[in-house]
Order: sequence, then structure tokens, then C-alpha cells
Amino acid sequence: MSEDQHITDVAGTGVPIPGDDVDTDQILPAKFMKEVTFDNMADYLFYDARRDDDGEFNDHPLNRFEGASIAVVNSNFGCGSSREHAPQAMMRWGIDGVVGESYAEIFRDNCKSLGIPAVTADHETVTELQAWIEDNPDGDVEIDVEAKTVAYGDTVIDVDVDDAMREALIDGIWDTTALMYSNRSKVDATVDGLPYVEGDD
Amino acid sequence: MSEGTLYDKVWERHKVTELPNGQDQLFVGLHLVHEVTSPQAFGMLRERDLDVAYPGRTFATTDHIAPTEADKRERPLADDQAEEMLSALERNVSENGITFFGFESGKQGITHVVAPELGLSQPGMTVACGDSHTATHGAFGSIGVGIGTSQIRDVLATGCIAADKQKVRRVEVEGELGEGVYAKDVILKVIQDLGVDGGVGHVYEYGGPAIEALDMEGRLAVCNMSIEGGARAGYINPDETTYEYLEGREYAPEGEAFEGRKAYWESVASDDDAEYDDVVTVDADGLDPLVTWGINPGQVIEISDPVPGPDDFEARTDREAAEQALDHMEIEPGQSMLGYDVDVAFLGTCTNGRLSDFEEAAKILEDNTVDEDVRALAVPGSETVRQQCEERGIDEVFINAGFQWRRAGCSMCLAMNDDALEGDEVCASSSNRNFVGRQGSKDGRTVLMSPAMVAAAAVEGEVTDARDYLDDGPTGGAGGVEEVAD
Repeated sequence: MSEDQHITDVAGTGVPIPGDDVDTDQILPAKFMKEVTFDNMADYLFYDARRDDDGEFNDHPLNRFEGASIAVVNSNFGCGSSREHAPQAMMRWGIDGVVGESYAEIFRDNCKSLGIPAVTADHETVTELQAWIEDNPDGDVEIDVEAKTVAYGDTVIDVDVDDAMREALIDGIWDTTALMYSNRSKVDATVDGLPYVEGDD
Repeated sequence: MSEGTLYDKVWERHKVTELPNGQDQLFVGLHLVHEVTSPQAFGMLRERDLDVAYPGRTFATTDHIAPTEADKRERPLADDQAEEMLSALERNVSENGITFFGFESGKQGITHVVAPELGLSQPGMTVACGDSHTATHGAFGSIGVGIGTSQIRDVLATGCIAADKQKVRRVEVEGELGEGVYAKDVILKVIQDLGVDGGVGHVYEYGGPAIEALDMEGRLAVCNMSIEGGARAGYINPDETTYEYLEGREYAPEGEAFEGRKAYWESVASDDDAEYDDVVTVDADGLDPLVTWGINPGQVIEISDPVPGPDDFEARTDREAAEQALDHMEIEPGQSMLGYDVDVAFLGTCTNGRLSDFEEAAKILEDNTVDEDVRALAVPGSETVRQQCEERGIDEVFINAGFQWRRAGCSMCLAMNDDALEGDEVCASSSNRNFVGRQGSKDGRTVLMSPAMVAAAAVEGEVTDARDYLDDGPTGGAGGVEEVAD
């Protein structure tokens, strides 16, 4: 948990993870959440989807694009359960940034908490990038959070980044605990105005 | 921009300040904690030498890993990992002075069942929990949001979350529900109409005659599945139904204090002239029971309709999703879901694990028995619900019909305990997600439906219209079902 870390751009080879509505149960099946730390989560990333019935690795993109840093996904990625285990697993596997059509909100929030830029572009742009990665598995994909662009090969595309995520990453204040902790007196004032918290603390 | 809605008012009351990144720092009035998503957050607190800021506003229980067979709840739990999670939670709550509803308390259960029934969830609150079904508490007219573990750390350490204010969509549900049609059918209909990602960026305010007519348990079921429609939060304005439900509950204010608090509750309800970012209407009049046919909750049909095929969808992505779903479910377009073979019947969860859910199912099970090929599990959402059922003899109805009567927990909704599908079993389930692998087997198949429909499916061993049992009494239904079972 590094603090005050400015993240203006991330780069590396890509991995396309195609499909809409990819839920967090697929990304990190619940049976692997019975651990009290996130340390081993990388081992469980897309566990079922990556394996054949006999338990051997299949041709899932994560098996074919080992070492990738940038995941490229489609729409409503990370829907369903709020488990931070999902982006934790991605991060620990090696993913530093995500390009996608759209994200479920909790997933996007979790990415922000972990300092993983999750940027968006339209369907055509994203699928073109996915196809390019298939053809160029060793090619670099760079997400520039500050410039709101993604560069690969000779192409530079404009992408959207949620304002709060962008500010947080650039200013290095994506760790919100320290930030909010400094506002304790203001919290007390807010609490004083809430009838239901009276006398509780 | 919305104005004058409950969401706007509750947000303003809880807003501490605007953060440098443009988000609002929002005070969390009720923080619910369970064993799966919290240990890492407590660990982070320990690393930073921080205390829990508002232990009195924090309540914990154990649900996800809880064994549901009575003899398996003895400590240490047989599953080492489950024992470690539970022990970690117990240590964390004890070190931090947090109230914990454990097995011994008699109040243990699923967070989203326990907090409402104890009167912890109240109108005009902000509620957070490391669980996406926290929207459930919106049934009282509160803002309930699911959060990740780093955000749990935020709430533990500061009592707050950093949040973006969402758009507010009024979901006006028109019409009257017929016999055998429930809140579960209403929310499945909403998701069918608006899509699984239709609510992204929005909070849903459910209203209209079909919503107002629901009791609190029905309202909880509706709000519970907001996230399945992409909306992180969903709520219903508080009214007399809400206040009557709350009165006399353990953590609700009493006497004069209740009346005083009620003034606050009434004050946060949406104004008559509130402005919404948009308003959509969903027609629930004459609605048939709904069942899912696919692998997300939006792939759902009224029981009278045929299973759609890829060609029935305009968007390329929907067509692809339909193909995947048909393949996984081993079903053909045009087929009826009636008669779809069922191996397992699962009744419970934070969506449908409350007293009225078991009462409705019991109406069908009273004079019927579970098909011999069906494994049937009844898992009360909390120990309180279990006790309520047992006081009324409902457990006997389930047991006599051939159901296993279990103790409280999340159980087969996500199979983190021993309750799981095997192979490609089909489960008629009162839960909220039919994702691939969700119920513990990657080839398992889930058909989401109301509790009454689960009971009927258990009896027939196939997807069945529960109204065949409810309309005509105990002997009328079964004969008619055979004809449509094709």
C-alpha cells in the first residue's frame, strides 16, 4: 500500500479480455475468497475460464498473453459482486491499467482505490485495439492518464477517464483514507447534524 | 440534475466536504461488516496504527462462509479457511468494540437480512457494506452502497467514503400484482426492461402503485437487486408501511424518540415536485411470474413467453450474450422454460430469505412433496427468521415435504460454504445471480425465480408455474402442469 504515488501513465504489452458483462464471479470465483489476505489472488484470476475440464490451461487470453500489463475489455466489465479481490487479482497478476467500453461502478471504484487507471473508449475503438493486440502480442500499449490518450503502434486514441479517478491518480491522492482522516473535525460537525447518531459515540 | 429527491437530501445531510479530486466525503451512518471482505481492511488499519472511528455505528455478523448444517457450526469449523476467516472477524470486532451477531447470539444471519429485522436500517441513513447487495437497505428510504475492501478501510478509519453523486432515475412501477406474483418478479421485470447495465451511473428511486403496495419484505427484495440492474443503490421513499415495520424493533427508537425520529424520516422523503434526471415507467399489471433463461439476471422472461434466440436482439453484444447463454443452459430458442428439468431447489438469500418468503413457499409445500430427484434446501436468511418460521411450524412443512431445513447463511447463493451445485446441475433458486459458476460449479445452471416458484419447481422436478398450486388449491395444480411440460 504505497501512499502519495503519482500515476500519470502506465505501459506494457496488452491482453484482450473480450465479452460484455464480465462479472466479478468470473474474474475471481467466490471459492477463492476464503483467504484473509489478497496475497495469492493472482493464482485465481479467471480460474475457471482459464482451464479445461481436465484442469489444464486452455487458450484463454490470460494464458496466451502472459506478462501483459494492460487489459482491454468491453462493456460493463466487473459487474456483480463488490469483491475487491477481482481487481486485486488483476493487479497482482500484473495488470497496471485497463482500457474498456465501460465498467461497473464498484469495480471502477476499486480500481481507483488500487491506483489502477480504468479508461474508456467506444466499442469500435476498443475492439480495434483488442484486434491489434492479438496481432501484436509484444507491442506496447500506453495509457496516458494526464493526456487522456492510449497509444499503440502508430495509433493514438483519445479516451475518457472519470474526473475523480484522473485527479486522484495524477495528484497521487488515490489513497482516500489519509485524505479523509485529516477532515475529522468536519466529520464531527456533520455527525452533530444527524438525529440518528445522537449519543452513540 | 436531480433536486428535492430523497437521494439529494440524504446526500446533503451526510456530506462532510468536497475532496480535492472532486468527490464528496460522505459520512456513513451504518457500516455492516462480514467475514469475507473485511479482514484485509482491518489488516490495513493495523498497518497504519489506526482505530475504528465509529465502532458504535458498525455492526458485524458472519454469513458468506457460515455452515448451514447445525452440527457443522461447532468450533473450530471443519473448513480451516472458514475457521480462519471467522476467527479473524471475532478478533477484529472484539479488539475494536464492534457489536457482533455470531452463532451464539441467536441473531446471526445475512447482513442484509439482520440489519433490517433488528431495526438498524432506518430511513435517511447512509449504509455501506463490503457487499454489492447493500442497496437492500434502500427499502427504508436510505442510501445503501456496496463498497470494496479499500473503501471498508476508509469507513473503518474515518467513518466516511469518497463518493461521486449519481443521477437519480425514478422507476415508476404501474399496475397491480396478481396472486402468485411477487416483488421478485417486479425487480426481474425492471431489469428485463432496463438491462443489466441500464442503471450504471444512476440511483433508482422505485415508486408507483405496484411498489407502494409492497410490504417491507417485498421492498427489501426489490432494492436488493438494484445492483443486478447496474444501479449501485436503489431506494423507496419511507411511508406508513416503513414506520409500522420499524416500530418495536430492537434498535429502533422508542416512544417519544420514535415520533421525533419520524419527523426526520418524513423530512427526507422526495418532495412532490422533486426533479429527477429521468423517469421511466415499468408496467407490472397482469405480470406473470418471471424466470431467467440465461447467465445474467437480464436474460429473463415471463413464464408464459418462449426463450428468445440471438435474432431477437438488436445489439450485437446482446446476440453474442444470448448465444453464450443458450449454450451454457443447454436450451433452444422458442422453447418454454416450463418443464425445464431441475435438480436442486434453493430457497433463501438476502433477496428472498425472509419470513414471508418461507410462508409463501409453505403454501405450496403444505400438501405436496419434493420430487425424488430433487435436492431441496431451505436456508433462512437469519437465525431470527429461522426462529420465526419454527414458531409457526413452517419448518415442519418444509421438512415433511422433503426439504432440508438449515441454519442461516448465504449458502448456495455463492457456495462459499459446503452448499454447492455439482457438475451441470440445474438449480431453481430464489437468489439474485445466475452468473456462470456462481453456485459453486462452473457448469452449474441457475434459474432465478420467486420463492413460490422454487417450491413448485421442487415439487415437480422442473420449472413450473406456481400459480397452478396457489389458484386452485392443493389438488388443482399438478394435473395442469404436465400438459405444458414439454
